[in-house]
Amino acid sequence: MIIAADVVTLSRLQFALTALYHFLFVPLTLGLVWMLAIMESVYVMTGREVWKRMVQFWGVLFGINFAMGVATGITMEFQFGMNWAYYAHYVGDVFGTPLAIEGLMAFFLEGTLIGVFFMGWNRISRVKHLLVTWFLALATSLSALWILIANAWMQNPVGAAFNPETMRMEVTSFSEVFFNPVAQAKFVHTVSAGYVMGAMFVLSISAWYLLKGRNTDFAKRSMTVAASFGLAAALSVVVLGDESGYTVSENQKMKMAAIEAMWETEPAPASFTVFGIPDVKNHTTHFALRVPWVMGLIGTRSIDQEIPGIANLVEDTKGKIGNGIKAYDAMLVLREDKNDAQAKAILAAHDKDLGYALLLKKFIDDPRRATPADIQKAADSTIPDVPVLFWSFRVMVGCGFYFIALFAFSFWQASKRRLDAHRWYLKLALWSLPLPWVAAELGWIVAEYGRQPWAIEGILPTALGVSSVTAGQVWTSLGGFVLFYTALAVIDAVLMVKYARKGPDGLGIWPAASPLPPGEGARKAEGTAGAQP
Amino acid sequence: MFDYETLRVIWWALLGALLIGFALMDGFDFGIAALLRVLGRDEDERRVLLETIEPTWEGNQVWFVLGGGASFAAWPLLYATAFSGMYFALALVLLAFILRPVGFNFRGKMHDPRWRDLWDWVLVGSGVVVMLVSGVGFGNLFLGLPFRFDGDLRMSWQGGFFDLLHPFALLAGLVSVAMLLTHGACWAALKADHAVAARAVRVARVAALAYAVLYVLAGIWLAYGVPGYAVVGPVVADGVANPLYKQVAVGGSWFAGYLLHPWFWIAPVLALVGAVQVQWQVGRRGLGGFLGSGAMVAGTILSNGFALFPFLLPSSLDPRSSLTIWDASSSRATLLLMLAATAVFLPLIVLYTGWVYRVMRGRVTLEHVRGNGHGY
Ligand code: HDD
Ligand code: HEM
Ligand code: HEM
Repeated sequence: MIIAADVVTLSRLQFALTALYHFLFVPLTLGLVWMLAIMESVYVMTGREVWKRMVQFWGVLFGINFAMGVATGITMEFQFGMNWAYYAHYVGDVFGTPLAIEGLMAFFLEGTLIGVFFMGWNRISRVKHLLVTWFLALATSLSALWILIANAWMQNPVGAAFNPETMRMEVTSFSEVFFNPVAQAKFVHTVSAGYVMGAMFVLSISAWYLLKGRNTDFAKRSMTVAASFGLAAALSVVVLGDESGYTVSENQKMKMAAIEAMWETEPAPASFTVFGIPDVKNHTTHFALRVPWVMGLIGTRSIDQEIPGIANLVEDTKGKIGNGIKAYDAMLVLREDKNDAQAKAILAAHDKDLGYALLLKKFIDDPRRATPADIQKAADSTIPDVPVLFWSFRVMVGCGFYFIALFAFSFWQASKRRLDAHRWYLKLALWSLPLPWVAAELGWIVAEYGRQPWAIEGILPTALGVSSVTAGQVWTSLGGFVLFYTALAVIDAVLMVKYARKGPDGLGIWPAASPLPPGEGARKAEGTAGAQP
Repeated sequence: MFDYETLRVIWWALLGALLIGFALMDGFDFGIAALLRVLGRDEDERRVLLETIEPTWEGNQVWFVLGGGASFAAWPLLYATAFSGMYFALALVLLAFILRPVGFNFRGKMHDPRWRDLWDWVLVGSGVVVMLVSGVGFGNLFLGLPFRFDGDLRMSWQGGFFDLLHPFALLAGLVSVAMLLTHGACWAALKADHAVAARAVRVARVAALAYAVLYVLAGIWLAYGVPGYAVVGPVVADGVANPLYKQVAVGGSWFAGYLLHPWFWIAPVLALVGAVQVQWQVGRRGLGGFLGSGAMVAGTILSNGFALFPFLLPSSLDPRSSLTIWDASSSRATLLLMLAATAVFLPLIVLYTGWVYRVMRGRVTLEHVRGNGHGY
């Protein structure tokens, strides 16, 4: 069956847009919730009212963001079935499990506790409320863990094998799937990115209050928490970003080569290209500024192992396509006669490369009839978009080092109680607000766009994963997403700005002048007040 | 320990349990949302209604999310075929699920009445759409859906959104609407201020009556007007998960199972007893009416599942491609692991959900919302 190319393109576009959109809200939830947990812990330990008010104020902003995270997450869950039906069939046996466990273990906890977090202040004891907040924070991180286990399996599909009778991948070892090293690297890197974002959010908005001379006491305390939490998170993102780099170079050599615009294999240890203009047509990088050894050290953690270049990887791929065709042929024989021993043996020998034969489906209907020219085309199609990966990666890394510097400085200022000493610093903190989003979105572009043309690395080409829907259907849903998501983004931004501007003073949570807030006004901002005994 | 066949039956039951959990828990949220402008005559009354569900709708919704995730894992072909085939229907439901969380949260964030009206209608719309579309979808299962698989198990679908609007399916849609409106109204009678609750009692009675009539009508239509499906030849209950390995005949009755296993009748009886219980008990504004509407919901879904058994998704285009519980499941290892995960986490979920409902217990009064400024 022929798959229309525009259905593939549109489905990819839709997935990319909705996933990147979901990830505008996700990391802020991941980070902010831990900040809330820290602040509330201080409140419970010291009994100082200001800390409770901090939780309530930042909680209002957290709530707005959380609603958007939930709304856009449901889209993701639907989309695998709606737009990637063949994918869902082909890998659901493996991939569905972490998704379902995420629901059981994390979403339920998160969804159930969020109501008590907002509306339970007057209904349960302090300590119980604190526990609710901690479990809420734990649940968001657990949700990240399970979804990233699913995503990591797409990058490094371990613990599964192809079953010709059911025409899909089936689990052979859950422990390999769950303890996938890529998942661990991804989890730590991604949640740390979220923590950086939460810290930056609090830091920037607090800096704005200091610039305006409002809520100063409140803002300085918030900034102190943000600075320490942010510094730890930024260090962890960078140090563990390196771990991500290492796992990528282990199992996605092509992605690694593209990130580095490494066209040919260099003698070990390879150099790191800090700057350059990758030239896709001539397979070279102009104006390259190279630092010797660094890449080899990051990528292989050795000085004598080579990192293969793009040209060599394409050659390897051709061999795999050849083996894949044998497996494909055997699979078709087995479909007629499932007891054919010879076909069974061939499939068993080459089923790891079956996916490579499927790459040919983009060019011809029957991979068994591929000419060497077709094979060349299919092998070339495994080169991802080098300039996009090259630049996205560098901007992300640049942001990472900048965050370390900014939070380190903030931490130092905070420890000397001089947070409001420099207006330039406060302005810098304010204007750095968008950067964590830039870095995180680019990170996903590196990870996901860099995996192309594979949906599951080496197993299922993206183009084959789509549903049997028409381009018109996908156009319609895509149009709907653009329309509604834009409207929601505007509303979300308006509300965020409105409530940030109002501030704890404007909301009656913490008047700047008097040390104790008036009880009545404070309750308004707790979400719906639940003052009923 | 558990063989493949047993696991498949267990997962069929768990799928039913998830659906019932969703309809029971999220169902009254949808009912309240849909009835927001009927039961709530002014802003304060609407706030009362919303506050009855605000602390818990979010957790309730996860029943739905988990239904998606669990069917992806346990019934991948079902998930893939139903979601991509009924594309626009699912897109409508999705839209409702996107707008609902933001609706609850954003509604009270600005004090302009037009802003509130806008979100009120969004909530009403999302409630009605989900009730109606899920009912219509269920109705279509009995009619069979226009799909087939090729040798690669790639599905193709011949039909559009409007083909789903068969009169029988529309009737099923109305059953679903009446059922969940009853459930919502019973919740309001239990939880909302007495001024609102009195109105809810009247709505619940009318809706429960409409439900009972429509449900019986749909049953009669199903018995006499809709051909049933049956697997022919030996059923291989622990065989390969490939739907193309079997043969299916169309033309029997969807009630065949009821004749074979008379205890299936418990389900429709439960549904109708529930409707009677609502009439009888809802006026007391206690738990009784709500339990009645709960029985309606559970009985309705169970009676559908029993009738379909062992089918999950019958195909009208190529009956052989129909999905049954014997050939659309994931592998034994996956079913087993997921069962273990469910066995550990489901009891915990029930436990902490119960705790939250206890913390949030009590009737939401007008006095309370007036005394608390503008909530949320
Ligand atoms: C690293 C973290 C992360 C990533 C990569 C994703 N999500 Fe997400 N998701 C979350 C972290 C998260 C969260 C932090 O847990 C959210 C955001 C805000 C929230 O309420 O929960 C959430 C919400 C959320 C919800 C709503 C849950 C509810 O009703 O409470 C669903 C159904 C999904 N997500 C599904 C997905 C799917 C199918 C993804 C993959 C394509 C995905 N998410 C990527
Ligand atoms: C929320 C964070 C995520 C972001 C920002 C993100 C980003 C992207 C982007 C940009 C693409 C498009 C690549 C392209 O088509 O060129 C993509 C594709 C895809 N991603 Fe992700 N992704 C995220 C999480 C995930 C997760 C957690 C999974 C799996 C569990 C996943 C599965 C997929 C699939 C199935 C596709 C579609 C096929 C494809 O085009 O590769 N994504 N994603
Ligand atoms: C020196 C700093 C950094 C390094 C070396 C680094 C490295 C990497 C690498 C190699 C990937 C790709 C993983 C894959 O393809 O599977 C990645 C992805 C990603 N990065 Fe970074 N990164 C750094 C900084 C940052 C910062 C500052 C942020 C955000 C605040 C960030 C957020 C992300 C995200 C969200 C992803 C996608 C998820 C994932 O694949 O783990 N990174 N990073």
